[in-house]
Amino acid sequence: MSFEEKGTWADIIVVLVVSGIYFASVLSQVGEVPVGEIKYIRPLITAIIATIVATIAGYIVAAISAPSEADKKDERDKDIDRFGGSVGFTVLGVMNLLPLGLAMAEVEPFWIANAIFLAGVVAATVSSIFKIVAYRRGL
Amino acid sequence: MGKPTKVTNAIRALRFASDEMTQAELADEVGVTRQTIIAIEQGRYSPSLEMAFRIARAFGVPLDEVFQYPENEEKRRTKS
Repeated sequence: MSFEEKGTWADIIVVLVVSGIYFASVLSQVGEVPVGEIKYIRPLITAIIATIVATIAGYIVAAISAPSEADKKDERDKDIDRFGGSVGFTVLGVMNLLPLGLAMAEVEPFWIANAIFLAGVVAATVSSIFKIVAYRRGL
Repeated sequence: MGKPTKVTNAIRALRFASDEMTQAELADEVGVTRQTIIAIEQGRYSPSLEMAFRIARAFGVPLDEVFQYPENEEKRRTKS
């Protein structure tokens, strides 16, 4: 497995784990506490920062496990990256209709912020899945 | 995605003819990862023209000895 493919696995694992923990902890309060009173801002910012830090850590671990491959990114990696990026961008565009609709419906900012975060999570996950399939089956 | 390329190649045979050159050695020579050489060999990735030339140069042979593209059946019929 190339360094970039390992990095893609790190991306998807980190996004799913961090967002899973965030949504489990925050959305579990829905129904128990009025939505306007749920303290979601700090957990959301923490989740975003944790995703960035853990992804960098994942790449560092991948580099340490195979130092000779760490600096190698060739044209196939770039092609797959572009392909995954374009898929992710399309998914993000479609997913963003959700917070847009929620904003138009003037719902609680809680739902809008979480819908934007969900859009990012889904886009990143789908992008990583397409990249991994491209690495495994071909572009 | 996943659509098999029509381009075929003789990289495996050329590696064996070149003192059993390993995929890693060819990758180093061409300046790509070993995984990319594996993907090209197995027809899972079509390299750019520039990379194709670098691969041919690594073996010291013309490009069409490394890569082949089957002639279109229709065209062949029209020609004959």
